[in-house]
Amino acid sequence: MTLIQALAAAAIVACALHMVLSRNLIRILLGLALLSTGINLMLFVAGGIASRQPPLIREGATVLEASADPLAQALILTAIVIGFALTVILAAIVLRGWRATRSLDARALGAVDQPADPDPVEPA
Amino acid sequence: MTDSLLLIAPVGLPLLGAAVAVLLPHRPRVSEGWTGLVVALTALASIVLFVRSIDGTGPAIAVFGDWPRGIGVGFAARLPGTLLILVVALVATAAAIYARADIGDRRRRAGHDALMLALVGAVNGALLTTDLFNLYVWFELALVAALGLVTIDRRREQIGGAMRYAAFGMIAATAILAGIGLVYGATGTLDMATLAAILPARPPSVALAVAGALILGGFALKSGLAPLHVWLPASYAAAPLTVAAVFAALMTKMGFYALMLVIAGVFGAAAAQLLPVLALLAAATMLLCALAALAQTDMRRLIGYHVVAQVGYMAAGVSLGTAEGLAAATFYMMHSMIVQANLFLGIGAIRRASGSWDLKRAGGMIRSDRLFVALFAVPMLSLAGIPPLSGFWAKLFVLRAGIAAGMGWLSLVALVAALLTIISVASLWVETCWKSRPADRPPRDVPPAMLAGMAVLSAATLAIGLYPEPWWRVAELAAATLKGMGA
Repeated sequence: MTLIQALAAAAIVACALHMVLSRNLIRILLGLALLSTGINLMLFVAGGIASRQPPLIREGATVLEASADPLAQALILTAIVIGFALTVILAAIVLRGWRATRSLDARALGAVDQPADPDPVEPA
Repeated sequence: MTDSLLLIAPVGLPLLGAAVAVLLPHRPRVSEGWTGLVVALTALASIVLFVRSIDGTGPAIAVFGDWPRGIGVGFAARLPGTLLILVVALVATAAAIYARADIGDRRRRAGHDALMLALVGAVNGALLTTDLFNLYVWFELALVAALGLVTIDRRREQIGGAMRYAAFGMIAATAILAGIGLVYGATGTLDMATLAAILPARPPSVALAVAGALILGGFALKSGLAPLHVWLPASYAAAPLTVAAVFAALMTKMGFYALMLVIAGVFGAAAAQLLPVLALLAAATMLLCALAALAQTDMRRLIGYHVVAQVGYMAAGVSLGTAEGLAAATFYMMHSMIVQANLFLGIGAIRRASGSWDLKRAGGMIRSDRLFVALFAVPMLSLAGIPPLSGFWAKLFVLRAGIAAGMGWLSLVALVAALLTIISVASLWVETCWKSRPADRPPRDVPPAMLAGMAVLSAATLAIGLYPEPWWRVAELAAATLKGMGA
């Protein structure tokens, strides 16, 4: 079971990296969202998935027995929230880029490279 | 209780300030004053924290939620974090002063102040935390604030810069998260001190090797080590000038601090096999970026490449694996944050005078503004490594540590890169200051607020350069702390 999950995480990350290498901004966006999903699955496997017992310590005992590690799941929840926030921000940037250029090609979004630069003096 | 409050202050104050600044979008003057106040209070807390972490009375650690140490997420006032918090406060102060002339009402209405404060809070959080996962969270928070700052004017080149920044930043953060997950799966803890105690004793395993490589790769991408540096000059150049200065000081160094902390502090002897890789990355960064800087005619990209090249020197220090190397890297980081921010502020002033970022259209500063030239000479000479400025000592320490550790070839590469840097600095100086001005436009005055912001940083560079000994001792203390994290 662990092996299947690990392979699934690897496959998702591989797909995500393939998509990020594209020039299409939407594909990059989806690829990055997929990437965080794959890593979350990996974290899930790292926390141990053998047991379905709730992570409650029995009365009188001092250690948690035979249940999945709750901390790993707390980490995943945090990572999901962060991944979601970043995906939304990236989507806003992509939308802005599309409005500016009417193109989803990453090459249309030029960067600052050696401009002849007659730019307005101060955009205050 | 007060100790815990003091530990939280450098993070809590800016984040609280950002929350209030969000409420002031229609009051740019109030927002500006409020930001200045918050930055000043943060600086005060940072100074107190730094002094107390040096003289041994410092609040050692505060774990939130009353968890026992090693379980919960905590903040610790330990070097080199507290030293860097001091420098962050200095740079933030200079940027706040400079922003009075550079950041207009429109940018303040767009949320510049809140985002800047959030960025400072996130960087301070990364410098104080004791938990690996919490470190990742602060990095993501800083990335969100940085993306907002890059796109603040919503120009096309800014969207392109932000897209690069976001894609590279998210991939780096994901690699770091994967590494952290593997470390947790292998050891069952994320507390840095606990990890530092148990990791070197463990037999080498595939999981830990992959985790180390992923974390090194992620932080190398964040700090812009070659060959993962290409996004950085493009993204920084798109941002407003004050923001670019703060990025140059805070963002790359935050990535490098984390690299140093995790590779040298947490992994320690367990990461010894990664150090030769880091040495190669460092050598490539120093040479390639110094060469690339020579080819630039846009001032922002020129300084951007120098920012990356300087990270190479710090990585060289860490890759030696010795305490002296770590101390040299810490000293270099402190010097470099101040100088890089100041260089960006300086080219912003040149652009204000000449109306262009293009080197060809700049010139004649030495005739039009003597005070500016005096202030600009300090970071320029320091970047070139001319004694007695801070860059000379920083380079000297790295070279000396390299020779002492038997890595003479790395010191040789550093020397060659230093020569290239001198050529680049000299040509920038000639183009902007000595060359006569193109006749098409009369020079404009540099506003006093810009000069005041630069003066703060130039004074700090001079102080470190003329009296380096206490700072070197602090750097040695920081190296000892990193080496002894597991004890």
